[in-house]
Amino acid sequence: MEPLIKTEGLYRYYGDHCAVRALGFELYPGEVLGLLGPNGAGKSSTLRMIAGNLAPSAGHIWLNGVKLQTDPIRAKRALGYLPENPPLYPELTVDEYLRYCARLHRISGAAVDEAVSVAKSRCGLDEVGRRLIGNLSKGYQQRAGIAQAIVHDPMVVVLDEPTVGLDPIQIREIRSLICNLGHERGVILSTHILPEVQATCSRVLILHRGEQAYTASLKQDTCQSGSSLLVRLARPPELAAIAAMPGIRSADQLAQGQYRLHLDETSPSASSLAEQLVMAGWGVEELVPERPGLEQIFVRITSGEQGG
Amino acid sequence: MILTIAGRELRSLFLSPLAWSLLAMMQFILAWLFLVQIENFTRLQPRLASMESAPGLTDLIVVPLLGNVAIIALLLVPLLSMRLISEELRSGTFSLLLSAPLSIYQIVLGKYLGLLAMLGVILSMSAVMALSLLAGGELDLGRLAAGLLGLGLVLAAAAAIGLYFSTLSPQPVVAAVGSYGLLLFLWLINLAAGAEGRGSALFAWIAMPTHFDRLLSGLVRSSDLIYFMLCIGISLILATRRLESLRTQP
Repeated sequence: MEPLIKTEGLYRYYGDHCAVRALGFELYPGEVLGLLGPNGAGKSSTLRMIAGNLAPSAGHIWLNGVKLQTDPIRAKRALGYLPENPPLYPELTVDEYLRYCARLHRISGAAVDEAVSVAKSRCGLDEVGRRLIGNLSKGYQQRAGIAQAIVHDPMVVVLDEPTVGLDPIQIREIRSLICNLGHERGVILSTHILPEVQATCSRVLILHRGEQAYTASLKQDTCQSGSSLLVRLARPPELAAIAAMPGIRSADQLAQGQYRLHLDETSPSASSLAEQLVMAGWGVEELVPERPGLEQIFVRITSGEQGG
Repeated sequence: MILTIAGRELRSLFLSPLAWSLLAMMQFILAWLFLVQIENFTRLQPRLASMESAPGLTDLIVVPLLGNVAIIALLLVPLLSMRLISEELRSGTFSLLLSAPLSIYQIVLGKYLGLLAMLGVILSMSAVMALSLLAGGELDLGRLAAGLLGLGLVLAAAAAIGLYFSTLSPQPVVAAVGSYGLLLFLWLINLAAGAEGRGSALFAWIAMPTHFDRLLSGLVRSSDLIYFMLCIGISLILATRRLESLRTQP
């Protein structure tokens, strides 16, 4: 399968400052890749390079198999891009704006209205189609920016901090939109919000000082080795009894009735562990899988070098 | 593609009060100057009637009118052109164009055509004003056409220069100042041409009025047309180069 985005040895210098260093990754159809990093880690620069807004100092980018540097027009046909500041014209209405964006992306005259109405309904803009963009709230403007990125139904969607300025309900809607986009297309988004990555992304890439510091896939329902479960039991047994269960390497008591179970490599899925706990008759009140320490990894990577 | 960009540009121009107020102001001043010229003409008419091969309506009204339009337009064009690209650079909408499947020259040409359409309105307004004289007299239509061609070329050259300066800075005012500077320089440099010396021929050639005046007098020479084409071509090429270099700049 051909990757939708492929980068190789990507560098970007601003004067002497190196914003992106030797970055190489691939994005396949059906993936949502989250770029995670503290401010100034090079997330936006990376996305701007992929979107053809910034020329890399060195390295190569392919979009949907077409090299961006040598054939930019054909490569950009597969691209939808939401920059950090949504590129909106305040004097246009949402309908006019999306129609303009659709035409810029070479959608033929007859299909424009159809494309605009699909994009509006996907982003929840149906009711504001005739209002001026300049009069919309920040959340609606952000949604108009996202609608602009998907109006031409691109294979590669690049979103730079897509949920900035949205309220919690809108954030949920946009996350589910991103998940839907990720089914057959490729989405790459940047954020510095950890739960966002865990909620939407199938893979994470942590950038630190322009370099790839960590990458891992985040499969939603497998318990990975080294991960843990938090359980709360109404009728807690001896700690040793819990630790002796198959697939559990060790158990810690956190409080009365609360335990953290560390799973080993052979451990079954969370659902079968839950079954075992119920069968044992300990009265399971709560069972929360702990993600394998993305936060710890993030903190370790981004704060580790500050001392040194 | 180019027309899509031009259409949006024109739409945005007319959605702002700027274009309307500029057009209204321009039309008012032109109408005033036009009436003054007609007044002069009617005062001179008895003396003109006794002259052999006397200057006609075209000489005494249309040519000064078109000359005035050119000067007023030089003051207006930088105001219209200043935000063409600098506004997009400032508000970040330029990345919409950069990530669309467009090449830079299409963006530049689209913007340019949008502004030209707006200037076409100014040109046709002055043409209609001149043609209204047909109601009461006769015009040298060939000379009027040459004059309008000259005015159109002056406007087009000024628009191209304004577009180039608009790519240089995200501050529209800086772009306006730059284009005022260059346009006034091109308009006034032939003051030096009157002086003796080897450079004067060159100065006269660089000056825009040298070429415009010949067209106003009804003389369409390909060398004058080439001068304006060079102005437009160089400005647009520079604008394209400048926008291409924006992506690579630190």
